[in-house]
Amino acid sequence: MRQTLIIIITLLTPILARGELSVFACEPEWAALTQQLGGDRVSVFSATTAMQDPHHVEARPSLIARLGRADLAVCTGAELEVGWLPLLLRRSANAKVQMHQPGYFEAAMQVERLGIPTVLDRADGDVHAAGNPHVHLDPRRLLRIAEALSQRLIELDPAGRTEYAGRLQQFQDHWHARISQWESEAAPLRNRRIVVQHEDWLYFNEWLQLEQVATIEPKPGVPPSAADQKRLLQTLSAQPPELIILAAYQDDKAARWLADKLNIPVVTLPFTVGGDEHSNSLTALFDRSLALLLQALGD
Amino acid sequence: MMTLHRARVLALATTFVSTSALAQTGYVSGNEFNPAISLILDGRYTEYHDDLELPGFQMGPESELPAKGFSLGHSELTLSANVDDQFYGSASLVIADHDGSTEVELEEAYLETLGLGHGATLKFGRFLSSIGYLNSQHEHAWSFYDAPLIYTALFGKTLYDDGVQARWLAPADFFLEVGAEWTRGDSFPGGENDGNDGKALFIKLGNDLGQTASWQLGASGYSTRFNERSGEGHSHGHGEEEEHASELVMEDGDVDIIGVDAVFKWAPGGQPRRQQLVLQAEYFQRKETALSHFSEEDNYFEADYDGEQSGYYVQAVYRFHPQWSSGLRYDAITPDNEFSELDANGIDLEEFLEETELGSDETITRQSAMLEYTPSEFSRIRLQYNHRDWGEDRDDLWVIQYTMSLGSHGAHSY
Repeated sequence: MRQTLIIIITLLTPILARGELSVFACEPEWAALTQQLGGDRVSVFSATTAMQDPHHVEARPSLIARLGRADLAVCTGAELEVGWLPLLLRRSANAKVQMHQPGYFEAAMQVERLGIPTVLDRADGDVHAAGNPHVHLDPRRLLRIAEALSQRLIELDPAGRTEYAGRLQQFQDHWHARISQWESEAAPLRNRRIVVQHEDWLYFNEWLQLEQVATIEPKPGVPPSAADQKRLLQTLSAQPPELIILAAYQDDKAARWLADKLNIPVVTLPFTVGGDEHSNSLTALFDRSLALLLQALGD
Repeated sequence: MMTLHRARVLALATTFVSTSALAQTGYVSGNEFNPAISLILDGRYTEYHDDLELPGFQMGPESELPAKGFSLGHSELTLSANVDDQFYGSASLVIADHDGSTEVELEEAYLETLGLGHGATLKFGRFLSSIGYLNSQHEHAWSFYDAPLIYTALFGKTLYDDGVQARWLAPADFFLEVGAEWTRGDSFPGGENDGNDGKALFIKLGNDLGQTASWQLGASGYSTRFNERSGEGHSHGHGEEEEHASELVMEDGDVDIIGVDAVFKWAPGGQPRRQQLVLQAEYFQRKETALSHFSEEDNYFEADYDGEQSGYYVQAVYRFHPQWSSGLRYDAITPDNEFSELDANGIDLEEFLEETELGSDETITRQSAMLEYTPSEFSRIRLQYNHRDWGEDRDDLWVIQYTMSLGSHGAHSY
């Protein structure tokens, strides 16, 4: 009898206490990274897809429910999610994932940020006091974020220390090799002049030394009016850029118009994991982005 | 006195804003203004003929229309922050004109727990009740300049009170929240009472439908008791014929309200900022009993009052461009009250019903249309048209309104 009970308990244990760390990732890149670093020890939910603008997400009931059950929230931070995450946090009734708790992780805060405004004025559009939040497009920064995130996973799930450490090591080795490879592949992109839709390629450009000469949005988060478009066209006509870059989630109307007038190509990059059919992992995201750029700028 | 209040409030705001701008360390998210300060400025130009009358309903506090021509709406100053790792606090001061004088009202001042665990949250202080869908939203977040008629008729706009709220979020992959409130119960449709008789219950259920759509359903109930709830009899004639001062007092009342609400949102590609359709409907029913006492100088009429009022609104708001939205709303409210005479002196039932209009059982309807331009998330200019029908009476209202948000602008709830 007692033996049967023990057997039943042993059988049930993996179901009752799966030990899985439930992770709420604000964006797909952090879902992918957490999955890569956590393996079977984590179950990851992504609050947004690559086709959604992470600045403007509705604080939907389903997201409140998901965050309510999470052990860890992995978000970009630097105010990217200021329009929806604070509300989700409050409504989630989840002590574990509140700001400054171990269960709350902000990726952008782990690395040096660019574009920190010296003056904070809403007349300048949707500015972020903590700097530009789109840090994931620099694989060197991503590596540092991975290290910090792995530490955090260990802190929350100490039993998995060996596995997390092993997975991080694996990621680091792989990533170091890829970065060198990407950098050499991307050599022809250096100093090429590009125009972007929104200021979300800052880190990407810095990494690849692409020269961003303009943004289509007159101010961050402000859609361009017809007059803005004409003004930009005039400015750029003297010395046209070679390419316009868009993120998969962005509206391409203004970019197409400008590209047509300047007779230059528009490239829609995946921006994050899931941004197109090829970009199904972080590695594939960078592979694909470089391939698209090299193809468009190929001489 | 009010000017002093106002000066102080503004000085306070200025101090906070300038300190936080200077103290930028470029760190943390969402609370770099600590506390977060938000100032809403709201003004309008209104054109209409007749004041809002809701025959069959005893009118609550903020049920009057804005002044004709230029006027300010609610200027609202909100300060909020995490108190520590256990509590979140928020206070909203509303500065508004009532009958020619500027008044400062404390609309909300509450604390909320952050870390009770097991999905539980406790809120206490003064807060907007979570009954219905629209009730807990601040006025500046509404899609029309005014509250639906059923809200105006039952709550005098929205229900807020002092007390505690406990709610629980179910540990599920869909959204299920249940909650209860226990409050003083003296804000309209309550009145002076001995105990803390306001009691509310609510349940909300919601989820996504694929990547592009989401929904929420809610049901709620509210009940309170009052010893005395006073109001004026409906004044009609608008000064043409000099009216005697009349007074209607409800005594020993019992109020029970139930309501259901539904919201459906659809955004192509899951991009609500670009394009979004929001469908929303709410229904409320109020049953109340009281001893009604109507007096006009030395004359009076006393009766048992047994009232039943109900109403609903349905609305659709469509954002067809990141900076442009339009919307339609239909309102209907119906009263059905009974009075049985107890005692009278010089006034009979017929005269009483004529004076107070509480005997009306005609449905009042209203159709509204609006168009709004939102250059950014922080500013909005709205044009709205209302057409109201009641029996033979009809009235049109035009309003052009601006709503601007300065400083930290918190996330809007679903």
